[in-house]
This record gives sequence, structure tokens and C-alpha cells, in this order.
Amino acid sequence: MERCDDMSTVNLLKDQLVEERKSFIVVKGRQKNQLKCEADSIAGCVSQRACVYCGARVVLNPVTDAIHLVHGPIGCASYTWDIRGSLSSGSELYRNSFSTDLKENDVIFGSEKKLARAIDELVEKYNAGLVFVYSTCVVGVIGDDLEAVCRAAAKKHGIEVIPVQSSGFIGNKSAGYRAACDALLRLIELPAGKLPGRTAGSGGRSVNYLGDFNLAGEAWIITNYLKSMGVDVNVVFTGDATHQSLKKAATASLNIMQCAGSMAYLARRMEELYGIPYLKVSFLGLEDTSASLRKIAAAFKDPEMMRRAEELIARETAGVRPVIEQYREKLRGKKAAIYVGGGFKAISLVKQFREIGIDVVMVGTQTGREEEYQTLHDIADDGTVILDDANPSELEKFMLEKGAHLLVGGVKERPLAYKLGVAFIDHNHDRKHPLSGFVGAINFAREVYSTVCSPVWKYTRGMGGVLHAQE
Amino acid sequence: MLDCTPKEIKERSGGVINPAKTCQPIGAMYAALGIRNCLPHSHGSQGCCAYHRSHLTRHFREPIMATTSSFTEGASVFGGGGNLKTAIKNVFAIYNPDVMAIHTTCLSETIGDDIPTIIKSAEIPEGKLVIHANTPSYQGSHVTGFSNMTKAMVSYLAEATSETKKEQVNIIPGFVNPGDMREIKRLVTKMSIKFIMFPDTSGVLDSPMTGKFVMYPGGGARVEEIRDSGNSMLTVALGAYASSDAAHLLERKCNVPAMTLKTPIGIKATDEFLMTLRGKFVREVPYALEEERGQLVDAMIDLHHQFHGKKVAIFGDPDIVIGLTEFVLSLGMRPVHVLTGTPGGTLGGPQDIFEKEITEMLAKAGIEGRVKAAGDLFELHQWIKNDPVDLLIGNTYGKYIARAEDIPLVRVGFPILDRGMHHYMPIVGYRGAMRLVEMISNALLDRRERDAADEDVELVM
Repeated sequence: MERCDDMSTVNLLKDQLVEERKSFIVVKGRQKNQLKCEADSIAGCVSQRACVYCGARVVLNPVTDAIHLVHGPIGCASYTWDIRGSLSSGSELYRNSFSTDLKENDVIFGSEKKLARAIDELVEKYNAGLVFVYSTCVVGVIGDDLEAVCRAAAKKHGIEVIPVQSSGFIGNKSAGYRAACDALLRLIELPAGKLPGRTAGSGGRSVNYLGDFNLAGEAWIITNYLKSMGVDVNVVFTGDATHQSLKKAATASLNIMQCAGSMAYLARRMEELYGIPYLKVSFLGLEDTSASLRKIAAAFKDPEMMRRAEELIARETAGVRPVIEQYREKLRGKKAAIYVGGGFKAISLVKQFREIGIDVVMVGTQTGREEEYQTLHDIADDGTVILDDANPSELEKFMLEKGAHLLVGGVKERPLAYKLGVAFIDHNHDRKHPLSGFVGAINFAREVYSTVCSPVWKYTRGMGGVLHAQE
Repeated sequence: MLDCTPKEIKERSGGVINPAKTCQPIGAMYAALGIRNCLPHSHGSQGCCAYHRSHLTRHFREPIMATTSSFTEGASVFGGGGNLKTAIKNVFAIYNPDVMAIHTTCLSETIGDDIPTIIKSAEIPEGKLVIHANTPSYQGSHVTGFSNMTKAMVSYLAEATSETKKEQVNIIPGFVNPGDMREIKRLVTKMSIKFIMFPDTSGVLDSPMTGKFVMYPGGGARVEEIRDSGNSMLTVALGAYASSDAAHLLERKCNVPAMTLKTPIGIKATDEFLMTLRGKFVREVPYALEEERGQLVDAMIDLHHQFHGKKVAIFGDPDIVIGLTEFVLSLGMRPVHVLTGTPGGTLGGPQDIFEKEITEMLAKAGIEGRVKAAGDLFELHQWIKNDPVDLLIGNTYGKYIARAEDIPLVRVGFPILDRGMHHYMPIVGYRGAMRLVEMISNALLDRRERDAADEDVELVM
């Protein structure tokens, strides 16, 4: 593939993109203007974005022993049935799909009674202490009093029934993250007695780990690292979380936050309400993982913890480095494009690719925030295309223009990459191996290698030409 | 995961647990992809469009292109007309399809957007077409949505322009894979009959790797063909639920006689399909097809002792399940649990065909079984707990029951999210039936071998 110069990319912006989209794309080193983000999508675009319900469901779904009841017509429950690889160490209740399956009459006459019946039936069957009731578009329009139904059901059954205000049209996925955080905040109990010492290190050694959904067991890996440093993970938001574990969230002395896009609001609120400070961390790649572990130890101001962190980092890195080096040799000169959900992940991925010798030539997100785009801009190489809420045509154009060999994305981007003869790894729901921590760095390199260097790509080009040439 | 499913069956009225259906819009999106150079458009929140695209992507492993009106709070209060007009403008400006096929969602239906009026007042470039289907998610299922979009193709596009009807047949294939549509076209071609198939997702959702991404891969029913369907002398609707509404509308609108047949799954349904074409168009069934049929019968005989008396549970979309049930009966199997999530009837559509047809088939075969439309997989699991089976046939969602009850699963239907190749390989026609024979017999034999003690493992089976 020919690599085009950067001016032609800028020209392409002028020529082929709809006017309104131009401000959502920048090329590092070529434009002065600020990238636009955190805006609504334009009607009539093939947006890769999802809705409020999706955001809320993504955050809450890993709560394993809850009944996740989707209040609406069937679709919303069907499409979210067990699609995320969040692992559980106990209950598997969350992997079922529960829907009030609203029909025309319910929409016309209201669906509060049906919702109440659904809760009754499910609680009787599954003996759960917690029900999340997700509001969907129709429910938001017909104006069911979700709060009242949930309150009554909670009282009747002596359990917690939490409404999640996630009607699809009230915003984008980020609004759903917030709705989920609001639901989580309602669960957290104020600890008896006085609040624990709120400067990290002055009291306990327990942290809440925010923004890890335990995909492929990633939260367990990080929990083990922290344990070996002498830090207990109180509860993970929300990977492998349970009703009871979430309730005692306020007893931790520090919140560490990975996926800021979904969890920043919760972290801020917990600081306001319970005085728990928070730290931003990332466990993607060697660099970020090591830095994050040090940061946590530093927050506790404990030399022993710091020593153990360094020991852990040294030990793990020694095991991982040589493997990474091998892959680095094989991957040298390859170029990657990134299109993921949130900004934090994109930032970590840029660094992680650098670790394995790959240049990132395009990076975009569905819901990245302004400061995240600023960071991306700062760490990206000159000429890197940075874009928000991209559509498939844009992804295609820039991948081809920039000669990307690999795309990192989610489910909708995979076949697009394949059609272009570009390798792909899933850094979203469909990931099959943990990509976090030191072990994740190896998995990441291995996965990149196994797709980028697969022999199947040899057969993709010039079919007619090759066959004719042999004749 | 399904440890909690109780054996005791109680009446439920509060919705579904583990659905055997999804909502109308995704079916409409899939059908619209069966028009050449068509871009489906979802008139609702952007989540709907994202979910449908993801779901279809997982099933077909192909890029699924569709746009959305991206509803916001304002649109939901003041109506989505403004969003849709902007969308129409942008769709043609950016993606330049020949046809934009709009389907509604529960949201736009509930707030009552009047789509035809909005389309009329929108700027549509010369020579471009906008069609629409109402697909409220709170009625029917994804199959209904497919049917409604297929109907929209007739109501917007089909025209009777010739005095006499042409010697050609319209084939409405139903909610099947592109591989199935290809196979149906091959059968009709072998019969030397001119045909128009719509929708036709072959060449769109099974397009080859070329190193290029194209928005419109070139397959699909052409607009001129769908127009000309009004001049055909017959419409064959394959599958009552997905196809017959459009065929009947075409009959009313353009006077093209409509016939509804089963989706040609298995030997009987394929025979009926070909014999209908043979009778209506006075053609001989060519030897090539006789040969295929003979091979299928040969395979059924070779392997029949593996099938006989085996109890099987089948679930999925009604048209597909009806065909599968008939076929496993012809193999000597006992379909004791048969379920679809799609409700029995739709407004103005066929009523209770599913339960009636299956019940009749079972009665004729002397089998006592449970049959249900508008059921869910929780209930199917309960049935299986009460009356265990040797085999489960259905989509990917059957894997939880298969695992909980330790029974083999043959994956057929929509969606299949955990295996590849299915959308290329047909289950219709004689060839498709041979594939089903292979899948079912392999599943049963693999299970027997897995469970066999060392001394019982046989080389020849």
C-alpha cells in the first residue's frame, strides 16, 4: 500500500467529508484547530456509537448476582444478552436475559403493572437481593413511574430494586455511564461509625478498583498484583461485583480508576460523599501497568509497599520483556489504526503499540473527552489522524491513506478491516484473552502478531492478476 | 448459568426470560440490505442502529452499513421529522445509495412520526428513492420486521406495466441466509424459469474478499427487477411469516397470483417447491435435480438408523422451524418440543399458522409433543427438563440449554454468533437437506463416541 503524504489527507478532509464532520478530525502537526468531541452524532451518518441504555448496561452488566431486567420491547434485552465476556467467580444470574417484552397494549395503557409482575416472578424464581430495572426509549416516552414501581417492589420483597434511567434518546453512551453510576451510588451504604481515614495510607489498605469489567478475567489479574503489594481490593466496579460487595464500597480508603469515561463521575461523587480520593490508573501495557502500580504505592506513602511494588514490577517485567522483544522484532515497521469506545483505552493503546514497535497512524474514539483528545494529540506522532465518532468510510479512508496493517476496534469494525485486507484485534466485548497487566502485554503482542503475520493475508490481493499470471 | 431453571412450569405474565426472538427493526434492516445499492436507515435512537449492526455483523461476519436518525431528547418531544429530513439529505450527500430504506423503531412509532409525510417534504435527489416500513418493536418479532420491509418493496416499487403477465416468477425467499438465497436461485435457474428474487442478500452479505471495502457490494435485487415483479405471472412466497404478506400485497396491487409455500427445508418442502414451479411453468425437472434428490434420499437411507426414534427439541423462527420439524420427521426423529418466540399472528397477517401446522405434523406422525408460539427459552428449558431430548436444533442461544442438560446442539437459524460459515452454506433445497443430515448425524455420533467407554468405541459406525 502506498503511504500518502499528510497534505493529501488534509485535502481529503476538504474533498470527501461532509462539512459538519470536518471539525471532528485533526491531523497532528498539520492543523491548529481544536478537535471537536463530546457532541451529538449527525443524523444520517453511519455512526459506530450506541445509546444511553447501552452505556448503562455495559457498566452494570458485570454485577453478577443481580437480576438485570430490561423494561421495554424485546430488542434491547435480546441484543445485550450475554454479549460481554465479563467473568464471574460466583453467580451467573447476570448472563440471563430478562425483558418485560412490552406489547402494543402496554405502550398504550402503560406498563407499570406488567413491570411489577415481572419483578415478582423473577424474584420468586431467582431469589436475588438486587434488581436493576433499565428504562428504554418507549418507557421514557410513555412516562411509566419507574421509581414508584421499584420502590413498591423493593418494599414488597425486602430487596433492593434500583431503576436505571437509561432511555436511549436522552443522550449518548456517556449519559448511560452516568445513569449506571447513579444506580450504583444508591447501593453504596454509609459505613457505620466515622468514615475511614480519608487520606490514602493513613488508614486501611483497601482500594476500590473502578472501571474494569473483568473481561477475560482481567480484574482478577490486577487484584492479584495489588494483593502482592499488600493492597486489598475492596470491590471492583463492576467486574465480578456482587450486591453485597458493592454495598461496602464506602469502606475503602482509595479509589483507583481505570476506565475514566465510564467511571469519572462515580469517582467524583464518592469523593464528595464519602471523602474517598481517587487516582487514575491504566493497566494496559508494561509502561502504564508499572507506572500505575507505583502510583498506587506512592499514594499510600508506604516504603514497604513501594518496595514490594518495585519487586513485582521487576519480576514481571523480567519475564515479559524478552517475549515482547521477540514480537517487536517481527512487528517492526507495521502500522496500526485504533478506533475504540473511550479515550483512556486509546491513550494506553498508543503507548502499548509503541512497546511492540508499531506506529499508530490513526486513532479515534466513540466517546472520548476533550482532555483525553489533548493527551492523544500530545503523545501521537506527527501526521497521525485523530478523529471522534468516526463512520466506516472515514475509517476506511484513513486506514488506506496511512497504510495501516492493523485495526484495533470493536465488533462492527472487524469485518470492515478484513474487507480491506487489514488485520484486526478486538479490544472490546469480544476479546478472548486478558489484555491487562504484564500477562496482558504478552497476550496483546501475541494477538497482534498472530493476526498481522497470518499467512491468510497473502491471498487477499490481486486474485485475477495472480491467477492469470500463472496461466 | 441455567442452574436456577425450575422443573415445575408456572404461568408467567411479566415478560420473557431468555428470548427466542428479537425486535422488528433488525429484520427490516436485513431485508433492506437485499436491495441493490440500498442503505437501510433506522429512525430512532442511535443505539438501535448500533445494536442491529453489531448483531448482524456477528451473524454474517460482514460489514453492515446502516444509518440512524440519532434521536435526542428534543426529537422525542417535538417529533423526529427534522432529524429524518437531515438524515435523508446527508445519506444521499455522503453515501449516495440508489435507495434509502427507512424503518421505524418503538420510539418513533410511539411518538407518532408520520414517515410518508416527512419523506414527501424532504429533499430527495433526482433518480433516488426513499422507501419506508413501519416496524414497531412492540409487535411481532424480527421476522415481522423482515416481512414489513419486504412489503414496503412491493408497495413503493412494484408496478404492473404490461398488458399480459410475463412468464417469470417472483420468489420471496424469507428470512434466510444469503447462502440459502443463492441455493434457491440455483434451483429455479436449473428449472429454466426466469425469476425475480427480492429481497436477495446474496452478493451483499456473503461478498468476496477483494481488498476493497465497498458500501454496496453489488448483490441484491435491482430496483428495476422489483418494479417488474408486478408483471410476473406468479409470486411464490417461501415461508408464511416472512414472505406471504408481501406476496398478497403484490396480488392486490398488481394482480400477480400469490402462493405461499414452506421454506424449502428438507425433502418434502423442496419437492413441493419444485413441483409447484414445474406445474405452473410446465417445465420438466432436470436430471441434475433428480440426481441431487436421489443423493439426498440415498444419504437418508444410509444413515437412517442413527435418526430413528431420537427425540429432538427445535426452536427458532417460525418458517425455519416448520421446515426443520417436517424434515426431522421424515428422518424418523421425534420432535417433541417445538417453539418459536415469534407471536402466532400479526396484524392482518397469518394467524396461528405455526402451532396449527406443527400440531398437525406431529399428530400425523403419532407424536405427542409440545408446541408453542411466542414462547421463550426459559420455557423450552423447562420442557426439556420434564421430557429430555437427544438433540437440540436452534440458534446460538441454545448453547446454554445444551450445556445445562448435556445435549448436543445443531446450530441452525438466526442468529449464529459462535460459529462461522453458516451464512454461506445453505440448509434449503436437496443440497441443504444433505448438509442438515450431515450436521445432525455428526452431532449424534460425536456425542455417542464422547460418551462411549474405551471398549465400546467402534471404528466403523
